Amino acid sequence: MAHTKFRFVDFIKYFSLLIGVFVVLFPPYVVVVNAFKSTDEFNSSSSMALPKSFLNFDNFVAVFQRGGLLSGFGNVLVIIIITLTLNILFGTMVAYVLGRFSFKMKPVVFGAYLVATIIPSITTQVATFGIIKNMGLYNTLGAPIVLYIGADVIQIILYLQFIRNIPVDLDESAMVEGASLFKIYRSIIFPLLTPATATLVILKTISIYNDMYIPYLYMPKQSLGVVTTILMRFQGVNSGEWNLICAAILLILLPTVVLYFFLQRYIFEGVTSGAVK
Amino acid sequence: MFGTLSYNKQKMIIIISFLLIPLLLLATFTYYPALKLIYYSFTNWDGYSPEKPWVGLDNYREVFSNPDIFKVFVHNFAYFVMGVVQNIVAIYFAVVLNSKLRGRNGFRIMLFLPYIMNGVAVAFMFGYVFDTTNGSLNLFLNNIGLTSLAQTSWLGTEGLVNYSLASTGFWRFMGYNMVIYIASLQAIPRDIYEAAKIDGAGSFQTLWRVTLPNMKAVIQLNLFLTVTGALEVFDLPFVLTKGGPAGASQTYVQRVVETAFAYNNYGLASAMSIILLFFVVIVLLLQQLVLSRGGDK
Repeated sequence: MAHTKFRFVDFIKYFSLLIGVFVVLFPPYVVVVNAFKSTDEFNSSSSMALPKSFLNFDNFVAVFQRGGLLSGFGNVLVIIIITLTLNILFGTMVAYVLGRFSFKMKPVVFGAYLVATIIPSITTQVATFGIIKNMGLYNTLGAPIVLYIGADVIQIILYLQFIRNIPVDLDESAMVEGASLFKIYRSIIFPLLTPATATLVILKTISIYNDMYIPYLYMPKQSLGVVTTILMRFQGVNSGEWNLICAAILLILLPTVVLYFFLQRYIFEGVTSGAVK
Repeated sequence: MFGTLSYNKQKMIIIISFLLIPLLLLATFTYYPALKLIYYSFTNWDGYSPEKPWVGLDNYREVFSNPDIFKVFVHNFAYFVMGVVQNIVAIYFAVVLNSKLRGRNGFRIMLFLPYIMNGVAVAFMFGYVFDTTNGSLNLFLNNIGLTSLAQTSWLGTEGLVNYSLASTGFWRFMGYNMVIYIASLQAIPRDIYEAAKIDGAGSFQTLWRVTLPNMKAVIQLNLFLTVTGALEVFDLPFVLTKGGPAGASQTYVQRVVETAFAYNNYGLASAMSIILLFFVVIVLLLQQLVLSRGGDK
């Protein structure tokens, strides 16, 4: 009796998990199968049917040629590299100061980062827009970069957790040997924060790559498209040609999905450490 | 040179120089715009002229007296409803995946997958899934025999469009909530469960009396994110329906953005933003209140 009840619970568990996986995979499946269909084939076949051949790359070629997707990948890569270099530098610096020193203004600094999270950044762009224009950054790659480089509170909390686990003895013995505080930051703290930095690099790469609003607002210039804005333009020009759009969608989804399957451990760590603590 | 200074002096220099640029960035791109927003909200600035005529509380009066503006919150409500369902489903899957189960890491990876996908690409993907005539959802419904449902215009029906869009949000973020819930489940000490077992608690009793109460803080955090997320929905309807049909899926933030950048009414848009910020703060305070009362018990 107990045995059959146990198996029934297991059945429910697996059944619901399989439904969940089906729901997750159904939309991408539809995109994948249609991305490989020619227009004729697309019009004559069911949208759930497999394509005649998975070797028909015409749609992908069209997306690169007509949509300028390559420049989109290029622009977003430049933004990501510059942003992350500066962001990691500033993030570790703030965390070093907050994690190792005590000073009067410390709660104010941390509080400023904390309060910043409740200000809806989408709507403050109404005012940020003027600032970016005055700085002469409108329609340049500089606009998203200056808006992304600031450290956020999740990043600071993550770094602080790691700094707390670096024994203060290390700092003190370096001091005995006459190392400056800057040297301690550079050769002890910064290197030992590498695991946290790895997690943050991955998470921030994904979020910058996926952002639409800031590039849309600040870089309307044709040559400054990033993957999201290029997809929007491409859809506008080719609306209705779903086989082409599916190919574009697939090309844009691929990089983060590949990144995710290789580096999921870091992603889970980053997502949970900020929230649960 | 720097190394020869006393550690106290070094400390001062490090604190100031290390914080200078980061705090400048925070001030320039977060707090200064927020303050400017407050100022603009008392003017009827058009976004480009040099003068910004002071109009006092007119913009706020406009927001509260124009039913068109507040009506859009009805659209945001759909996202809240789906967000609550999303959290319930996420807790369910978290509990399931936290039990002894074959392939649970694989299931976790699959269910989290949508979260890392590009939002615009996902929006268009669902645009295709929801398409009335070519769409695969209607085709699927037809195939499993639900033919009467299979004619539905998921994005073209006024009462339905927000729930269709919100279900896309559900699809994208359920795994995120789930992963956070799994982490909080794993943080519950094992001996509590053993004590419950010794006391003869069944599995449902354990869930209700041990597991869920221990997840309270995380559930509250996720609910806060759900409520503020619902208040601040923007990109899905912006990309997918442009607020249509006939404005039926326009959300509050979309309206703010449109008021500012399409109608050049920065003053009114600023007042609308301040009111949104105010709502977020109220939600936060309410939650703190509930949280601290729960702690006193």
